[in-house]
Amino acid sequence: MCLAIPGELIRITGDKGEVSFSGVCREVDLRLVPEAVVGDYLLVHAGCAIQIVPADEAKLTLELWNQIMPGVAEDER
Amino acid sequence: MNDSNPLAEIISCFQTDFAALHCTLMEVCGTHTHVIRKAAIHQLLPRGIRLLSGPGCPVCVTGSAYIEQAIRLSQEPKVLITTFGDLLKVPGNHNNSLTDARANGGRIKVVYTPLDAVEIARTHPNLEVIFLGVGFETTAPVIALSLQTARQQGIANFTILPALKVLRPALEALLTDDSINLDGLIAPGHLSVITGADAFGYLPEKYGLPTVITGFKTAEIWLGLTALARQIKAGQAKLENMYPQAVSNAGNLAAQKLIKQVFRVDDGEWRGLGVLPGSGLGFDKEYLRYDARVRFQLEPLQSVEPPGCLCGMIILGKSEPEECRHFGRTCRPEHPVGPCMVSSEGTCAAHFYYRDRRAREDDEDSSYLG
Amino acid sequence: MKTQVTLAEGGGGEATADLIKRVFWSRFCNSELLKGNDASILKVANQRIAVTTDSFVVTPWQFPGGDIGRLAICGTVNDLTMMGAESLGITAGFIIEEGFAVRSLETIVQSMADTALEAGVQIVAGDTKVVNKGAADGIFINTTGIGVVDSGIQLGGELARDGDRVIITGTVGDHGAAVILAREELGLRARLCSDVAPLNHLLLPLVKRFPDKIRVLRDPTRGGLATTLNEIARQSSVLIRLEEKAIPVKSEVQGITALLGLESLYLANEGKAILICDQEISEQLLDLLHKDPLAKEAAVIGRVSSENPGLVSISSEIGGERILPMGSGEQLPRIC
Repeated sequence: MCLAIPGELIRITGDKGEVSFSGVCREVDLRLVPEAVVGDYLLVHAGCAIQIVPADEAKLTLELWNQIMPGVAEDER
Repeated sequence: MNDSNPLAEIISCFQTDFAALHCTLMEVCGTHTHVIRKAAIHQLLPRGIRLLSGPGCPVCVTGSAYIEQAIRLSQEPKVLITTFGDLLKVPGNHNNSLTDARANGGRIKVVYTPLDAVEIARTHPNLEVIFLGVGFETTAPVIALSLQTARQQGIANFTILPALKVLRPALEALLTDDSINLDGLIAPGHLSVITGADAFGYLPEKYGLPTVITGFKTAEIWLGLTALARQIKAGQAKLENMYPQAVSNAGNLAAQKLIKQVFRVDDGEWRGLGVLPGSGLGFDKEYLRYDARVRFQLEPLQSVEPPGCLCGMIILGKSEPEECRHFGRTCRPEHPVGPCMVSSEGTCAAHFYYRDRRAREDDEDSSYLG
Repeated sequence: MKTQVTLAEGGGGEATADLIKRVFWSRFCNSELLKGNDASILKVANQRIAVTTDSFVVTPWQFPGGDIGRLAICGTVNDLTMMGAESLGITAGFIIEEGFAVRSLETIVQSMADTALEAGVQIVAGDTKVVNKGAADGIFINTTGIGVVDSGIQLGGELARDGDRVIITGTVGDHGAAVILAREELGLRARLCSDVAPLNHLLLPLVKRFPDKIRVLRDPTRGGLATTLNEIARQSSVLIRLEEKAIPVKSEVQGITALLGLESLYLANEGKAILICDQEISEQLLDLLHKDPLAKEAAVIGRVSSENPGLVSISSEIGGERILPMGSGEQLPRIC
């Protein structure tokens, strides 16, 4: 129900950070992810980071596939 | 999984493995409704699998009285209504919207985040800035942050007109409704970031409902559907998290703590479900002065359902948009009758925008969809 | 029936089309106007003269990659180009809000002069009005463009045929996204510029080279690629079938649309064109386009069919095919 997209945290200034979404930068509130450091990928909803996520989400999806459907997803990235 | 080839193989396996499966699945996240129909995933499911959209769009479940309140407030001197873009075209009690109110001189501004609304209040002390606080648990934390900011900075000209909802009571109301028979639930991926996966444990435990937390990319949705179909075929009912990269078992604790500090659980009014206890978020007494209903001494209004509008039934998956006499005719995105056609995550909008091309060949009276 | 004009009527989609039909076409009834093309063709002696008019109201007046002045010249030249016309002259009427900075006006007018030189066209008539503060958003510019169409060139939105290929000359949504960036209140920063550019030097030689094989040219401005293709599909009574993965989009545009919940297919383009051509020449046309810096990323994005006339469909990465509707008005940032 909620649009949230991942972006890279490129700078921190107090409670706020600059996040880059495929080259588009915006200030984001970091109060809900106090452990975030520069370089982390953050899931951002309505100007607020709600989670730290892995940079390579696709890799994890592939691993999950391999768990539930062995032999189907044979293509490696 | 960038290459469509493995995905094509996965879909093909799904269609074979579950060709004979008859079940009804529901997703309760507006973003899921939107991406599933946009990628035309529903077209590739085997015929026996029915996919319903549930009450997952916060705009759609908000009654018309809320918009009516916002329209009236926008006409007050010095008031600036700030809102997410989603609400702008939703009809109020008299079939007009905030867009119409703006054309009539109402002060209304779209913002990307409530934090910007607080900033506008700070830099414009002469204005009464009201933010339309609509959303589920995903949005409650950022609205709470905006209230905390207003309080910390002593900003007195900022209030929120609240319509925040909590999903669980609505899901339980659905599951105890005999006319709805669900075999599985695609659980929301972003709401669960806040609440944690464990918060959905009651669904298999109390209701025997297979539940899979699912992401939003096409591959992630197929992953979720596969896990759900496997459970149903095997007669299992458990909670599976197929979006662990974002969703942890416990969720975002800082967000949960903040919600408890700023809000308290309240009754919530849902289109189609009426008033559900414990399904809304009101303000903790420390924050009551930021409640626009208190500040502006608003009288509660009754919502008005437009005659013939099936939004209330559609939100619960009890009717399809195509069954509504307004759909595609008197109710289109440029002149919507109900909110399900307005929000991009509304079921009617999703059905309208993402219509199957081939289905029209069977539909004799499809001229209205042109 | 609506009693007030709202911003939706200015969005270029269904609401605009509806207003035009009900209010304007019902009264300005003539066959040339009702064709609905980018410019109308008038026969004068043995010549075919193309005429077009446009108004430019963009706010803010300056955005990455250009300003309202450049937009005005390119928009007008491009409308003439889409009908295969060589641009002869442009008129420019200015409505200026009291208090607008003269320095800003000078920047805009210089921009128009520079762009006119680039396009090889002259600004031959003009008008200036000043209105009270609040009665205009800084500055509005209205233009008329006049051009001449060589005999043998026949272009129009009604000419697409079954089997034709649909080409876009480059990435979509750049201009719309750049204007959004320039709106400071959304707080976005990116290295993205409007694609605003005159397309006459790129397209007219191609039209002359393949006079019968290029059938439709149109620049997908207000309402974006989706809206413009729907207009053509209706005019030609054809189905246009697109492949989503073939449509080039810059990653920054993807970032903006993902962040705000917008769709790049509905964002304006001011330096791109749709070409609908005979399938025989599509590869050759692409090779020629790729040689020009304005069309390095040109791509075939779909084909024309006679199956469901008046519609546009799009196939997703997994092969599901859905209808791509006309835009319906303002595109608003959303969180749901």
